[in-house]
Amino acid sequence: MAEKRVYEVIFIVDPDTPEDEATRLSENFSHIVTDQGGTVTRNEVMGRRQLAYRIGRKTEGVYHLFEVEGTGREIAELERRMRVSDQVIRYLTVRVDEERRRAEKLRERRARKASKGPHAAAAAAAGGGRGPAPQPPADDDEA
Amino acid sequence: MSRNISRERDFDADDDSPAGRPGGGGGGGRPGGRGRMRRRKVCRFCVDKVDIIDYKDVRLLQGFIPERGKILPRRISGVCTPHQRMLAEAIKRARNIALLPYTAD
Repeated sequence: MAEKRVYEVIFIVDPDTPEDEATRLSENFSHIVTDQGGTVTRNEVMGRRQLAYRIGRKTEGVYHLFEVEGTGREIAELERRMRVSDQVIRYLTVRVDEERRRAEKLRERRARKASKGPHAAAAAAAGGGRGPAPQPPADDDEA
Repeated sequence: MSRNISRERDFDADDDSPAGRPGGGGGGGRPGGRGRMRRRKVCRFCVDKVDIIDYKDVRLLQGFIPERGKILPRRISGVCTPHQRMLAEAIKRARNIALLPYTAD
């Protein structure tokens, strides 16, 4: 329970809202998260984009992306607000921490394998069955 | 007949292992091989060591949805099962937020 969850919240803002209002909206959302005890680690505007299909007579939308760290309570509140807001025409929340941890593990395993090289079997035999030595993860690009 | 169709739709451009079909597989396999040799498809996500398929990467995902908007089956793309699963999930997420179409109209 102790560990933080990481979520990616992507939402589409009505393209007809003026820019300052859109920024206000996103600031507002980020306050909601912090009020609930979460943190917004990433807040970016992905820009205006043609929608793949029409959503309520709109063919365009401005995509915003949040990355939120927290317990999940702030997500509930955030989603409630977005549902009510007229400017937000669609939103999607994806929990990403588990996926990322898994990817991290895979990458570590690969790094270990690569560093052991082709003589791994011989080295393991010489090591007297102690198993592979723990190694720090090599060359990780962040996240 | 069906073999011809699947050959035409061979989307997987970036594998160049000319290995033929391993023997004994299926009824149609013929060791001498008339016509062009079938390529063995290699999962391109495995080759590139992709651990996470991002639903926001529209360019990537677009390669796996033919005109109709359906998800390209792995028998055509050659993607391995775990990656196909991730890919399908990513495409569905992308559809939800209108990055990709559910159908072509």
